[in-house]
Amino acid sequence: MSSGLPRPGVHFMMGNFACVEAAILAGCRFFAGYPITPSSEIFERACVRFPQVGGIAVEMEDEMASVAALIGAAYAGAKAMTATSGPGFSLMMENIGLAFIMEAPIVIVNVQRAGPSTGIPTLIGQGDVMQARWGSHGDIETVVYSPSSVQEFFDLTIKAFNTAERLRTPVIVLADQLVGLMWEKVVIPTAEDVEVVERKIMDPRLLSTRPPFDYSVDVNPMPIVGTGCRVNIDSLTHDERGYPTTSQEISDKMLRYLLGKIRNHARELWMYKEFMTDDAEVVVVAYGSTARSSLNAIKQARARGIKAGLLQLITLWPFPSDVIERLSQRVNALVVPEINFGQLVHPVREYAKCPVINVNWAPGSLIEPHVILDAVEVAAA
Amino acid sequence: MTQVVKAQRHPRDSLLRSERLPHIWCPGCGIGIVMAAYADAIEASGIPPEKHVCISGIGCTGRVSGYMRLDSFHTTHGRAIAFATGLSLVRPDLEVTVISGDGDICTIGGNHLIHAARRNVDINVIMVNNFNYGMTGGQHGGTTPLGAKTYTSPYGNFEAPFNMPYLVAAAGASFVARWTTLHVRQLINAIKRMMSVEGFAFIEVISPCPPTFGEFNNFPEAIDMMEYFRKYSVVDHNADLSKIDIRLQGEPLVVGNFVDRRRPSYQELVQETIRKASGRGESV
Repeated sequence: MSSGLPRPGVHFMMGNFACVEAAILAGCRFFAGYPITPSSEIFERACVRFPQVGGIAVEMEDEMASVAALIGAAYAGAKAMTATSGPGFSLMMENIGLAFIMEAPIVIVNVQRAGPSTGIPTLIGQGDVMQARWGSHGDIETVVYSPSSVQEFFDLTIKAFNTAERLRTPVIVLADQLVGLMWEKVVIPTAEDVEVVERKIMDPRLLSTRPPFDYSVDVNPMPIVGTGCRVNIDSLTHDERGYPTTSQEISDKMLRYLLGKIRNHARELWMYKEFMTDDAEVVVVAYGSTARSSLNAIKQARARGIKAGLLQLITLWPFPSDVIERLSQRVNALVVPEINFGQLVHPVREYAKCPVINVNWAPGSLIEPHVILDAVEVAAA
Repeated sequence: MTQVVKAQRHPRDSLLRSERLPHIWCPGCGIGIVMAAYADAIEASGIPPEKHVCISGIGCTGRVSGYMRLDSFHTTHGRAIAFATGLSLVRPDLEVTVISGDGDICTIGGNHLIHAARRNVDINVIMVNNFNYGMTGGQHGGTTPLGAKTYTSPYGNFEAPFNMPYLVAAAGASFVARWTTLHVRQLINAIKRMMSVEGFAFIEVISPCPPTFGEFNNFPEAIDMMEYFRKYSVVDHNADLSKIDIRLQGEPLVVGNFVDRRRPSYQELVQETIRKASGRGESV
């Protein structure tokens, strides 16, 4: 009888499928979804694969319900995920905020499509970068990873679960239509070679001597239902016992603790790749599928004698401010191409010490390398 | 001279977060009666407290979960049933009860309600119906009777309300009941029955709300609506559910345990799917 785990080795696989295999290896055994293009293959494959490894994959009535179900499943002890695209992501904002304040480790995959509202479901976009960070009301912090290949989609899905478990917080994998639907080589490691992080669980015996929410620690262990903790988990601002409060002193403590979980770990969360930046005078800052066109563009620029490089941002949030600050001190200009009308360029401008040129194209297709090349040439001139 | 009188402990104190009392509910409110009935049913269920989970949404009734000394969750508005679905799928051995108000369960959460009933998710849902949004000061919602005055229906409500037992039974629930806060014994027994039903179990509890609903609808004092329940309630377990709308105009207020039937629960079917699929992953 098969273990149901993905076969290690080299595969030719769709990005959306690779995401599911990664989730299984990361220990995820609960999926609640609602179909939406271009992410549906994730949900469909989860429905085939999760039961094979003893997991649950169910269809909810909408995306608000999906994320609510994930939080319930997380508190029942499961690693839980969902997948969606723009319109569904908008509906999830409510309960992403709930997962943040309830400190539920869940993973949300957004395979971005084109346009506002229902836009163009079948075409590519990168318009949800700001929503992934600022979409839920009040002050929250999110961790957002952006893959540019099927392999990265696989690796970052595992990473997302590990970060969620370690920090007890929702983590978003911000893919796009190209990365989701593209078939590409992916190397799947053996289960023993995958680093898997498990959350710290609250021991109910400790609750006689300590409160369930100690706002002076880094991350509190998680009370799991049915283990005798009998703790109240509240969507309202709550004190160290988990009880609702309007005390401004406690509210301040709670928020600093919740935000601090991410802010204090920002440096270890930052992931990025550099290509030919050592002697670069112009550096393209790109993420997701746009990083692929950008790599081609800087190679063409090099062939024309321009010292160009690429900084591929993998962690979009918390924003890798120091990386931009450091790099921008030794280059003449940064070029930021995005399949939207200007989103991640704003934090880049906030931290850059050099001129920043934005390249925006978002009718539903990739930014072609020659468009980025033009901007690099202008920046180098 | 002030004399300090030490109150006796309440027999259900071990199930309540008594350090949080007094609760926030207004004098004459029925929610406390429902919470006490829930505690009594837990006691009578024979299931240990650590195996009970209480989940609420937002609103006055949404505060119940926070007063119960159980694994408890106070979630977002309308989403308690979806939250409970995820939790109980992973831990089908736990006794999961959603307690929330009519605005939360019927109106903003109505879609989650009917789909959970359709799937026959093995959870208990206690919906306290006080005919209005009380916590926000008294606005009309999906259960407000025709003609009733609220701050958002100042000339009388012109929206037809849902007949909740009829709706939830039609959606496929395994157990459907309606009682009022006057019918405490029957309510405790019905909640206890819910806990043994394997499938979606729903109780509508009709409750007074003197300050934000009663005041404008001829039930200004706590006793007024209780007196109405006493006068007009009719127990009919076999009632034609299509005819049990609530108008609060002196028509019979039909209560009872209307539906109690068995079909496979969602949790059972999900586990069956896992059995069918397990060990079939080698082609990946």
